[in-house]
Amino acid sequence: MTVKSVVMDEKGIDRSIVRLSHEIIERNKGIVNLVIIGVKTRGEYLARRIATQIKNLEEANIPCGFIDITLYRDDLQTRSLEHPELKGTEIQFDITDKHVILVDDVLYTGRTTRAALDELVDLGRPASIQLAVLIDRGHRELPIRADYVGKNVPTSVGEQIKVLLKEIDGKDEVLLVDVG
Amino acid sequence: MSLTSRHLLGLYNVPKEDIGKILDSASSFKEVLDRPIKKVPTLQGKTIVNLFFESSTRTRISFELAQRRLSADIVNFAASTSSLSKGETFKDTARNIEAMKIDMVVVRHQSAGAPQFLSRIVDANVINAGDGRHEHPTQALLDMYTLREKFGTLKGLRVCIVGDILHSRVALSNIYGLKTMGAEVSLCGPATMIPREIDKLGVQVYHRIEDVIPNVDALNVLRIQLERQEGGHFPSIREYHNYFGVTRERLEKAEKPITILHPGPINRDVELSADVADSEHSVILQQVLNGVAVRMAILYLLSQSN
Repeated sequence: MTVKSVVMDEKGIDRSIVRLSHEIIERNKGIVNLVIIGVKTRGEYLARRIATQIKNLEEANIPCGFIDITLYRDDLQTRSLEHPELKGTEIQFDITDKHVILVDDVLYTGRTTRAALDELVDLGRPASIQLAVLIDRGHRELPIRADYVGKNVPTSVGEQIKVLLKEIDGKDEVLLVDVG
Repeated sequence: MSLTSRHLLGLYNVPKEDIGKILDSASSFKEVLDRPIKKVPTLQGKTIVNLFFESSTRTRISFELAQRRLSADIVNFAASTSSLSKGETFKDTARNIEAMKIDMVVVRHQSAGAPQFLSRIVDANVINAGDGRHEHPTQALLDMYTLREKFGTLKGLRVCIVGDILHSRVALSNIYGLKTMGAEVSLCGPATMIPREIDKLGVQVYHRIEDVIPNVDALNVLRIQLERQEGGHFPSIREYHNYFGVTRERLEKAEKPITILHPGPINRDVELSADVADSEHSVILQQVLNGVAVRMAILYLLSQSN
């Protein structure tokens, strides 16, 4: 595994979070009925950062929850790898009639997003679901697109995007690495 | 994340890490049980047989709920309503199941070792739902989950299992599991109902409930199996209650409240007085809810190792 380039540094991630937060407020004309839900693991920390940013901009708290999509994966029964560890969904509010901003680090095949959408509709009936991602690397396998994108990064299938976040990785950085 | 074995036949020799994984995963499933739609698609396409050679209500319902909430397809065999009552051998029944391409089998049988025997002849994952007087691992795991939820950890926790240890598969599984997780386990009951040499498993044995109560955090009170008392292990139900019944007066002798577990169904005012069963320190109904979550965790963790 070799690092090909640094896609974003700490400053770049910060700026993206600020811009995404502004876009979310702008598109929704404020934060009425808005909730943020991060997809575990790294989407959780990005969701927290966006929620904090929006709070600073609008001077009001915005409900923030986290979703673990493991139980909704479409490859649990087909792949021979170990089952992933369950991290648990933590959403302490009702999402029915809310505008949900779903936050993830990387949008790739779209399968994680599909699983998250299925889980969200089992939890309630949101007024709308919008998708915010830090990186969109292309190669979709499902008809899914993001409403808010930090950065579009053209990649090949043999490459991987590694998002490192201070909360669990000790530093903020997005790397393009070669796994081929 | 997987378990070291493809089957759950008992808790004897099951490593600490595996028990930890089951208990940790159960928390995630407990959250699912709080949702408006209490169902996840995790085991879609898997077929599970519930093979009950011995009657059971709560264990069977708990397993069935766990399976349905994971979206598995299920088939129920009860000994009384199937060809088992026509004289088919256990082995033939097992082979028929195998031919039907079943992924997992949950088995309860009156003979100790039946699940292990089954695991050797079928390809499916086998889960023991109680075999004779041997083990009942899912019950012990839900007891342990409930204790861990209440106390935060099992390490150093003082748990006494009270009652008919001799006929109890719940007791043996609890002893193995709790010891593995670092709890201090003791037993209390009439001498006729405590197997000889059971202290070799590293448990303290008491014959007076008054001696136990000041020294424990939790009591797991076993059901007096009225249907198995033909052997005359104690003179009468009333005498059992007088000597070993867990009552409010006895519990009040302890300095701090003692948590009460019971695997159900309760014989009120035999092993447990009614007011204790309904008291705030009783976690009996939490055990029932946790049972579904723990069984979901076991099904999830075993379903991958095919």
